[in-house]
Amino acid sequence: MNLNDKINITGITDEGLVRDHNEDSIGHNDELGLLVLADGMGGHKGGEVASAIAVDSILQDLNKALPQIITGKIDESTGYSLESMAIEKAIKDANLKIYNAAQNNPNYEGMGTTVVVLLLYDNRITVAHVGDSRLYRMRDRILEQMTRDHTLLQELVDRGFYTKKEANESLNKNLVTRAVGVNPAVDVDLLEDIALINDTYLLCSDGLTDMIDDNLIEDILLNYRDDQDRMTQELIKQAKDHGGKDNVSVLIANVLKEFSVNSSWINKFFDIFS
Amino acid sequence: MATIQISFNGATENELSLDKDSITIGRKSDNDIHLDNLAVSGHHAKILTILHDSFIEDLGSTNGTFLNGSAIKKSALSNGDVIKIGQHEIKYINSNSNADDDFEKTMIINTGSAGMQETEGSEEIEQSVGKIVAEIASSDSGNSSQKKARIRLISGANSGKELALTKVLTTLGKPGIQVAAITRRPTGYFLIHIDGGDNGEHPKVNNEIIGSKAHPLTDNDTLEVAGVNMTFLLE
Repeated sequence: MNLNDKINITGITDEGLVRDHNEDSIGHNDELGLLVLADGMGGHKGGEVASAIAVDSILQDLNKALPQIITGKIDESTGYSLESMAIEKAIKDANLKIYNAAQNNPNYEGMGTTVVVLLLYDNRITVAHVGDSRLYRMRDRILEQMTRDHTLLQELVDRGFYTKKEANESLNKNLVTRAVGVNPAVDVDLLEDIALINDTYLLCSDGLTDMIDDNLIEDILLNYRDDQDRMTQELIKQAKDHGGKDNVSVLIANVLKEFSVNSSWINKFFDIFS
Repeated sequence: MATIQISFNGATENELSLDKDSITIGRKSDNDIHLDNLAVSGHHAKILTILHDSFIEDLGSTNGTFLNGSAIKKSALSNGDVIKIGQHEIKYINSNSNADDDFEKTMIINTGSAGMQETEGSEEIEQSVGKIVAEIASSDSGNSSQKKARIRLISGANSGKELALTKVLTTLGKPGIQVAAITRRPTGYFLIHIDGGDNGEHPKVNNEIIGSKAHPLTDNDTLEVAGVNMTFLLE
């Protein structure tokens, strides 16, 4: 199914005001309803190489794999959809490519990248991520962060050492506990959810979320909900107005229409009460 | 580097640098800080240090660990904080902690291999960081996502019927009346409102109406979807 007229996708990646090059990469395939954002790090020029490999490799892999999948099937051993399994595999393949490139070129030693992937299919979404790039969803005028950062800070919050407020004041902000391309293997966090009309999905690098807080992001998504191009520009602008200390990238998908493979999505619901 | 000053009944006894990632405090002699007093448990507390920041954790002591007068289980430490253990006071001094931080580049802590990889020329980061992060990561996470879950209907015609949540995303309800879904995320199980029919009503968890955000579920929560009550059960 071609999602071109059902999902509207926009994105910008920007160097910011301080860095002299951009280590973020973004990419999307509008027909597939696929968005990929990566924030590279490490090594001389390694960061931008790692994030570019990640985005290109994942888009290419999934462009081949997704059309082969029969929507609605579940992987028996894990309970995930086959689409989710394909995304996980694409990230693991990208991981190996980056790892091997780093092994073979001293300039790339130690490079790695975060990655966050959103796929919209059959009125559903799969989100996959590694690192501290995030996915937010705006639904019913409320913003929700759907991914959980793989950072030291988040680990400390989860385990009760920090309150959220203390964490925001911590100096250990930028320590990522998981990244793509650093080891031969990588754990990918996957989540599946239902997509509804008028949902707005925002993928972003930490260059956005370190500069502006969730309240301001929510305000921007609300204020510009009728103009997605301006919404995208405004997020970048606000990140720069608040310091722009890092590269900043955003990718936004708006659900305009239902995109179920069958006619009415509601008929497909499993009804345990009947 | 942060330091601590240990005093007993107001008199300073000792001062040391927090140069290890984990420093244990207790009555027994195998502790890094040995407090020979009956009010102190054998292994009473420990101080974890990760780069610029330190954390105190009570190790299930009999008489408790107090931070600035309040009993705590775990807490981050700030410059000037006073930890009280029995009659001993431990003052935490970290002159760096209020320094205006340069915006640092993101670094990767490599917990996957023996040590950690140094990136972005971060000479401050020692091998031990990877180790202590792994230690923190493996401690009590309370993460339920690895457990199997099921729901049991407790009202309606199918009362007593159970449904194993084998799929990551399971939808529940009656189309046109109310539809919700339970999803398994890496952080645990969540109930999601999808469609409230004509009334737009949201499902309930433990008699409270949930909002538009995903609502975390815990074992034995009672759910109400489309007027049917059910219990969420973790294995």
